Amino acid sequence: MLEILVLMALGMLVGYILRGKQKAISGIEKAILWSIFLLLFFLGLSIGGNEVIMASLPSLGLNALIITLGGVAGSIIAAWALWKLVFKKVRREE
Amino acid sequence: MRTSLIILLFFVAGLLAGLFGVFPESFNGKDLSTWALYLLMFLVGISIGIDHRALDALKSHGFKLFLVPLTTIIGTFAGVAATHLATTNLLFGESLAVGAGFGYYSLSSIIIGELHSEALGVTALLANVMREIITLLMAPFFMVWFGNLAPITAGGATSMDTTLPIITRASGNDFAIVSLFHGMMLTILVPFLVTLIISLLSP
Repeated sequence: MLEILVLMALGMLVGYILRGKQKAISGIEKAILWSIFLLLFFLGLSIGGNEVIMASLPSLGLNALIITLGGVAGSIIAAWALWKLVFKKVRREE
Repeated sequence: MRTSLIILLFFVAGLLAGLFGVFPESFNGKDLSTWALYLLMFLVGISIGIDHRALDALKSHGFKLFLVPLTTIIGTFAGVAATHLATTNLLFGESLAVGAGFGYYSLSSIIIGELHSEALGVTALLANVMREIITLLMAPFFMVWFGNLAPITAGGATSMDTTLPIITRASGNDFAIVSLFHGMMLTILVPFLVTLIISLLSP
């Protein structure tokens, strides 16, 4: 678990050092994309082979929908408060 | 948008391959995917570190910019907490972990699938894909109903790339930098928050 965060932090440091090396960026983005392709393929593979998860996909999807609706609703309401309290006022002063 | 579709196609291809038993049962890619995840996290770190746009935005707009991603985090967790009772067979922390993907479905589902369970990984994938789609469809309405920052917070981590065009169309070009900075901060935070919540879940 910790490895993930350490590796990411290490990567950020390496990236900071590589700053300005435009050529590196497109190569890194391509490598990220292919790692994601591979990992999601494997996630799909283990789920497709798991009958229990396959049978419960509809209920997982419903849970996902509920969580998303909650998260988005909470976000936009909080955004409305931030807009009213801070940003709109600042803009008027400007 | 096209990239999102290709990513999902790989998932579906894996799903079908697993369903029809294309690979022998002994092969599940467990070791390979652990190493691929390590590589991915390192690369994601580099891509964040190498990108100077967040620092530039901070220099030109000041620390007030941090309020926007903070608002998204607080709002998302409050909303997920409020609707948690409507979910079935999920622990409170599991709902929060899924919510902590903030639309970054590829990384959050991979991390959750690897560290917690595949079922919750799929839930994270579906939930965070939905977040992106809802933002793409609803951004103009969110702007009218809840103000210019609403489309940005709805987009979560995707406000720096996939939903950025629709957000600037809804909120205006002045908000492109806010949106970019917001997405970058959440992109950095997603792995940390998801891992933290998952680690609190398992004894």
